[in-house]
Amino acid sequence: MIELIKQPWPWYVSGFIIGLMVPALLILGNKSFGISANLRHICAACFPSNLSFFKYNWKKEMWNLFFAAGIIAGGFIAARFLAGADALKVDPSLLSELKTYNITGTGKLLPAELFSWPALFTIRGFILLIAGGFFVGFGTRYAGGCTSGHAIMGLSNLQWPSLVATISFMTGGFIMANLILPYILSL
Amino acid sequence: MIMDTIKQKQRIVKQEHATQSDDFITDYEVRSLDTACINETELQHPWWYNFKYLIAGILFGIVLVKSEVVSWFRIQEMFRLQSFHMYGVIGTAVVTGIISIWLLKKFKVKTMHGETIHFTRKKFNKGQVIGGLVFGFGWAMTGACPGPLFAQLGAGITVIAVVIASAVAGTWVYGKLRDKLPH
Repeated sequence: MIELIKQPWPWYVSGFIIGLMVPALLILGNKSFGISANLRHICAACFPSNLSFFKYNWKKEMWNLFFAAGIIAGGFIAARFLAGADALKVDPSLLSELKTYNITGTGKLLPAELFSWPALFTIRGFILLIAGGFFVGFGTRYAGGCTSGHAIMGLSNLQWPSLVATISFMTGGFIMANLILPYILSL
Repeated sequence: MIMDTIKQKQRIVKQEHATQSDDFITDYEVRSLDTACINETELQHPWWYNFKYLIAGILFGIVLVKSEVVSWFRIQEMFRLQSFHMYGVIGTAVVTGIISIWLLKKFKVKTMHGETIHFTRKKFNKGQVIGGLVFGFGWAMTGACPGPLFAQLGAGITVIAVVIASAVAGTWVYGKLRDKLPH
């Protein structure tokens, strides 16, 4: 059993469990699945700066921060105790494309050439980590949710604005990955 | 000042209304536009009740890592149409969610504390398009949405703390510029 768990989980198992987060959180206490709002709660708790957007009782949303803390713990457990021996398999055409930017797939989840402390001080690493992170925080709040809040929770409840948001997420991703990212990676 | 008080009162009334029906259209002013900020229990629980959400988060974090959804490579494959994996994960999650909510509504399932389950409607605004595109850029660059960012940090990629801090900064700047942005 433990050997099976240590292998990469297939999409239908993972998707099913992720989908079950929706009813689970509703049944546990009427909570809508969502994660990006945590970034807002952190602002409200630490840097409200007298902005009306951050003046609300964030302690009431404490459950969301517990959920995020759980994700950190879950990431730790998976990496520390449930990691398999197999290296991450990456599509060959992606690998050969990335090779032209000196990015090698070493079997890890993220390429160390971009996601490591030394990489943070390279131009492309700085852009990806700092600007990329900024876009994630700014964009999710402007859109009112992220992949979990809109694409999963919103679509599950058949909300058409969430479909608009999801299509926008994907459009932005396709534009960035195919048209802009190659220039950033060549820096 | 007086306007603020009136607005606050309106907000309270709207919140009370929110807990009564799912026809509620979200208050644009403050608590709106957010999944996490509307659906709330009326019951007062001790703070340690929140540990149940920690457990749910742990399970979610494990799935995110074991399904390799947290991998930058998987996200690049998705946006280059080189792999079905991410579409399979998100698609299965959505179908599971749709069926779950349909069942919850059909059988009028209550929460574990006996409360009626509320569903909030999302109201359209331009932010879902503009903000959505901006988030899409960030998603393809960092290879992560907010959930995976936390999972990556837990998985030991410590530099992700910088990405999360930058995301908090992005959220703050949105809060600062909010009145000037088209909605």
